[in-house]
Amino acid sequence: MTPTTDQTTRPDRTNRPYASVQATTPSFRFDPVLTGRVRRTILHLTVVLGALIFAAPLAWMLATSFKTQGQLFTTPPTFLPWPITLDGYTRPFEALPFGRFYWNTTVITILNIVGLLFSASLAGFAFARMRFPGRNALFVVVLATMMLPEQVTIIPIYVGWTRLGSFLTDLLGMQISFFNTPIPLSLPAFFASNYAGAFAIFLVRQYMMTIPIDYDDAARLDGAGWFQIYWRIVMPQAGPALGVIAIYAFGWNWNDFLGPLIYLNETSSFTLARGLALLNSRFTTDFQGIMAQTVLSLIPVLIVFFLTQRSFIQGTVVSGVK
Amino acid sequence: MVSPPTVVADHDTRSLRDDVTIIEPRLPWLTDRRKEALVAYVFLAPWILGFLIFTVGAMIYSFRLSFFDTNLLNKSEYVGTANYRQLFDDPAFWKALRVTGTYTAIVVPVGTVLALGIALLLNQKLVLSGVWRTLYYLPAVVSGVSVAVVWNWVLNPSPDGLMNQLLAVFGIGSLRWFSSSDWALPGLILIAVWGTGANMLLYLAGLQSIPSDIKEAARVDGAGPVRAFFTVTLPLLTPTIFFNLIIGVISAFQVFTTIAVITGGGPNNATLTMVYLLYREAFRSFSFGYASAVAWVLFAIIMAFTLVLVRSADTWVHYEGGLRK
Repeated sequence: MTPTTDQTTRPDRTNRPYASVQATTPSFRFDPVLTGRVRRTILHLTVVLGALIFAAPLAWMLATSFKTQGQLFTTPPTFLPWPITLDGYTRPFEALPFGRFYWNTTVITILNIVGLLFSASLAGFAFARMRFPGRNALFVVVLATMMLPEQVTIIPIYVGWTRLGSFLTDLLGMQISFFNTPIPLSLPAFFASNYAGAFAIFLVRQYMMTIPIDYDDAARLDGAGWFQIYWRIVMPQAGPALGVIAIYAFGWNWNDFLGPLIYLNETSSFTLARGLALLNSRFTTDFQGIMAQTVLSLIPVLIVFFLTQRSFIQGTVVSGVK
Repeated sequence: MVSPPTVVADHDTRSLRDDVTIIEPRLPWLTDRRKEALVAYVFLAPWILGFLIFTVGAMIYSFRLSFFDTNLLNKSEYVGTANYRQLFDDPAFWKALRVTGTYTAIVVPVGTVLALGIALLLNQKLVLSGVWRTLYYLPAVVSGVSVAVVWNWVLNPSPDGLMNQLLAVFGIGSLRWFSSSDWALPGLILIAVWGTGANMLLYLAGLQSIPSDIKEAARVDGAGPVRAFFTVTLPLLTPTIFFNLIIGVISAFQVFTTIAVITGGGPNNATLTMVYLLYREAFRSFSFGYASAVAWVLFAIIMAFTLVLVRSADTWVHYEGGLRK
């Protein structure tokens, strides 16, 4: 963007007699103050224009959710509807049990966060602060599982839950099924499995490595066992890493679609993502309702994001830079 | 039988732990060192169990399934490699391969360039920089079904749809988007490119970690901004680009939610991707064996691409300090 100004052609602001020689070149092109200003203006315009484009779909969603039927298809598009109506926010609740969907999503999300914090903090602690044969090899295995595509294991795990259900049904003589329950969607988190688990173990381990090992030794001199060191000494200091994991687990599970699509088929057990997709496919022309429900489902995500923006961004960066 | 502290084998910095054992333990073989290892394995037990069941066990079972013709109810028959042979004769498979390939081949490079471009913009001194960063990043926060639903509305096929009105400003006629087999895939690509904020953030972090004296040195040596970018900034960013490419390829090959919510693979299989094919075969047609074969082929393709990228890294990824291998 900046013209490459040669040092020697810098404009001369003093009234020297040979100033007229330079007047042949338009001086504004080389005025560093002015080009700086032009450059900054262009830069800001580009950034703002880009930001508007990126924000437009979300603004459109918000605007649509408050619209009346007549404001839906207008030329030019209406970004500030007036008068506004809240019909879009009430109608979906009459069509589908969205309150129930919120509850189901919350349960599954919380179970996943707790499970992941439990399994990943224990494993991360062992990797970061304990000595045992095979430590490095096992850690490489953790990293390798981050690369495995989830799709290969979806079918066998689904089959596994089906088989376990019928096995228990035969064994106990009563109908047992794991479908339409939060179990298949949250139990794996307690075993730090898949990408989420590996990511969380990696993050905890990296963070716990930065806490001085002397604390552990001092605690051991005072007679503390390993579990006490983990729970009383290291965990209270690992807050930031645990926070990042909780935020990520929240985002993944609040938004997850494939899992609920496979394991939940009764409407009463649906999560928000599943309910939203159902609304979208069944009430195809209720654009206000769909958008309003999307807005509602995003509010928790956005609240968490804005409250924790710094650690969220840090998590992205830490996991990316490795 | 307890060994005196003086003969403890390894005197590393942490041997203090071994030295403090003065009281004779009840189990003589259970030295502190062994106890530590034992406790460590207990701490690791949830993950180890999970890894053995949900990863290793599942993969072995999946591989076995791919040689069976089964619907899990009343049919389970060993068919050898028939699933794989059938796969290569299936036009839907080739279609899915082509769609996934096209999607990846556009989304990854375009997303990379766009994310890098935005990161370069946001790395300048800006008024309200935090606000802009958040706005560009926001699409990456709202993922999944919400994004699909919102874009389905933005790309409404009527001439009054938001995107079509924007196109009309530039004199382009309105498009049918997800109702047409020509424009459904470009629509999905648009959605993916829009969500490139997470990559942008990684590049921004990469840019900010470049020491300013290196850039200063380039400037003093007479390099203009363009030249400085290509000879200094870009090489120093290659590790970040490399990481993003790998993650980008893997996730582009796995695209699913937008398709499941908006198009269901249609119209006319125009948006049938590998993962959607897998889902359709397993959970719509209940051909679990066949779907497992699809999963393994997908797995092989992803691994092949990752390996090629990793192998190519030697030639173009620059690690400051010469940390090659």
